Amino acid sequence: MAKKKESPQGTEWNYSPSPESTTHVKLEKRYALFINNEWVAPSSKAYFPTLNPANETVISEIAWANDKDVDKAVRAARKAYQEVWSKLSGAERGKYLFRIARMMQEKSRELAVIESMDCGKPIRESRDIDIPLACNHFFYYAGWADKLEYAFPTKNPKPLGVAGQIIPWNFPLLMAAWKIAPALAAGNTVVLKPAETTSLTALKLAEIIKESGLPPGVVNIVTGHGDTGAAIVNHPDIDKIAFTGSTNVGKIIQRSVAGTHKKTTLELGGKSANIIFDDAPIDQAVEGIVNGIFFNQGHVCCAGSRLFVQENVAEEVIRKLKHRMESLYVGDPLDKNTDIGAINSKEQLDTINRYIKIGIEEGAEIHQSQCAIPSQGFFCRPTLFIGVSQSHTIAQEEIFGPVLSIQTFRTVDEVIQKANNTPYGLAAGVWTDKGSRIFNLTTQLKAGVVWANTYNKFDPVSPFGGYKESGFGREGGLHGLGAYLKLS
Amino acid sequence: MSIPRDFNLLLSNLSIDKVGVEERVARFQTRSIKNEAKHQGLKMVLNMIDLTTLEGKDTPGKVRQMCYKAHHLHDTHSGIPSVAAVCVYPTMVGIAKEALKNTSVKVASVSTAFPAGQSSMEVKLTDTRLAVDLGADEIDMVISRGKFLAGDYAFVFDEIAAIKEACGPARLKVILETGELSTLDNVRKASEIAILAGADFIKTSTGKIQPAATMQVTYTMLMAIKDHYDKTGHMVGMKPAGGISTSKLALHNLVMVKEILGSAWLSNEWFRFGASSLANDVLMQLLKLESGRYQSSDYFTID
Repeated sequence: MAKKKESPQGTEWNYSPSPESTTHVKLEKRYALFINNEWVAPSSKAYFPTLNPANETVISEIAWANDKDVDKAVRAARKAYQEVWSKLSGAERGKYLFRIARMMQEKSRELAVIESMDCGKPIRESRDIDIPLACNHFFYYAGWADKLEYAFPTKNPKPLGVAGQIIPWNFPLLMAAWKIAPALAAGNTVVLKPAETTSLTALKLAEIIKESGLPPGVVNIVTGHGDTGAAIVNHPDIDKIAFTGSTNVGKIIQRSVAGTHKKTTLELGGKSANIIFDDAPIDQAVEGIVNGIFFNQGHVCCAGSRLFVQENVAEEVIRKLKHRMESLYVGDPLDKNTDIGAINSKEQLDTINRYIKIGIEEGAEIHQSQCAIPSQGFFCRPTLFIGVSQSHTIAQEEIFGPVLSIQTFRTVDEVIQKANNTPYGLAAGVWTDKGSRIFNLTTQLKAGVVWANTYNKFDPVSPFGGYKESGFGREGGLHGLGAYLKLS
Repeated sequence: MSIPRDFNLLLSNLSIDKVGVEERVARFQTRSIKNEAKHQGLKMVLNMIDLTTLEGKDTPGKVRQMCYKAHHLHDTHSGIPSVAAVCVYPTMVGIAKEALKNTSVKVASVSTAFPAGQSSMEVKLTDTRLAVDLGADEIDMVISRGKFLAGDYAFVFDEIAAIKEACGPARLKVILETGELSTLDNVRKASEIAILAGADFIKTSTGKIQPAATMQVTYTMLMAIKDHYDKTGHMVGMKPAGGISTSKLALHNLVMVKEILGSAWLSNEWFRFGASSLANDVLMQLLKLESGRYQSSDYFTID
């Protein structure tokens, strides 16, 4: 439509750089393995570099554990379980967890900066979401440690033993907290492997754990690549495997543990539907779309990567979404005004770009925000694909990046059918002003989490987990505690 | 413009989710405004202020003093802009006009039986014409909140349109008094009515009712302006008034304007702050930015 030109002179006002200081950050040049509260050099003698994805410089070197190292860690965990941790009262275990939580809070600024440096996520998120939430998981489960029999009355809750935990690179410290806190509260000991590109905050957590005086061997952190993870999964003296990561690796793990005594929880990929009805609060829904797909560069297993918009409001929603994308700042993760940081690795950036190419080749209409992106480092513009159908590859496969595919729908039945038409089932979002419609959808959507008029909200009290190929078992809340207990 | 019997047909009836708005506003507040951006922003804030006195005890003496301050904010320092306007009662317009002749500072007058607006159309029109005849450049009217809450949107629309006509060349700011409208849905609806009826500016509050210009309310009104502009290409100004007394809050308001409406609105032609005590806090921050030290409030004049 024609626009009248009216008094065009305004003021160009641009935000000055506002980088978070890194002077308080203490990092070693090289990190060994954390076993029995000691820093132990890997028997492989191998180390690998960890990069800052925003400028491709090496931050530190990380030990690469082989199966001998993993065995050492599992032995330490078993010994600590048998001799100390399983004999300690719940109240005593809770005290350690509370102490770790408080120490994490005290070091939260340093942890946030390291997370952003190692992971690429904006400091706004590591400072306001990742680190506080990680602390809260410790606080939350600390409170349950001496109340297990009240949490599961008549069930005679007992710990499982040694838990092997393998976590992804998208929320490094938060995932470590999700895994370690409930395991320890329930009376288990732990061997944890962080993702190879993001080991640093887990190793800082090891420093905190050592300083907290937690008995040696209760938490062991072994760093490395996929082979290290496989050594944990296949170790015969592990009682429980908790894995968060890709569906492919999840399937491998599932095969490996078949026929063993090992209990398993898998939290895998997703292609979650975010559904906007025509009576939704549109501007807030647009914000929910942004939080759903651009939060943490889209490196979120429950990202709202399939957007369903009712056709009669699609034009308005897409117009507003495009406008909103122009005020997202992509760049230096340490700048306080950055909304979207760096893609975690070159490998992941290549994957995302490959999917963008597929989307274009399959004929979907692409829209990217106009923002400038740094020439160095791994960055990707926020990207929309419009006019997508369920049959497009980009609507079926998990991209794990800031790429949204937009489909329209006409009726409630149609959107429920399409939202469920995926091998995944991790999360969904529903945007409507009608309460009755929300309840109708929450009962029909095959997703572990359904958010109503919000998206990507996390809380230690709330269980999280998937249906179908998004995995099984729940983390968070009482469900997450139960996953680390024998209940009879 | 002929009005359908069901006035709602003219309005978007967009629903607003309060929790979502609060989250959005909190995100604007995490923007970090430093160094050059802060310097430029603070000067912009000063130049957007409507310096206001609206009291029963206002006298020509008080108004003249405030007018002097309006274009002499801090003479010991060079490069400080003047405020955008002074805002007074109709009886003081002549005094202000005289005090501000040969300056760029505009004179705004409240009208329409400010602040309650509980009078007849005739009185409101006379009130407006009085201010315009005395030379007011801008008129700040109040809407009939009682009629609005009773659902008589057509009445509210007609009243604004009639006052707009009485304004002649003066620009019309329409005060919604959002503290009495109670919900953001109502704020959105009242914004749309005011814009459709010809408001040059929409303004949050009289300053007599709390809460006044919360960021949630200002955000909701900015979104209404944005939607109207996208539909018609017609710009409408925004004036949050009441409760903005710190530099930080003022800068966060500018962040919202920049990110929602864009740089075209970043001038006092399209954005104003209605405030009585904001200027000195901004001056203090501005001088601190240049000297590295805070000065005592005694070094900033009170008029």
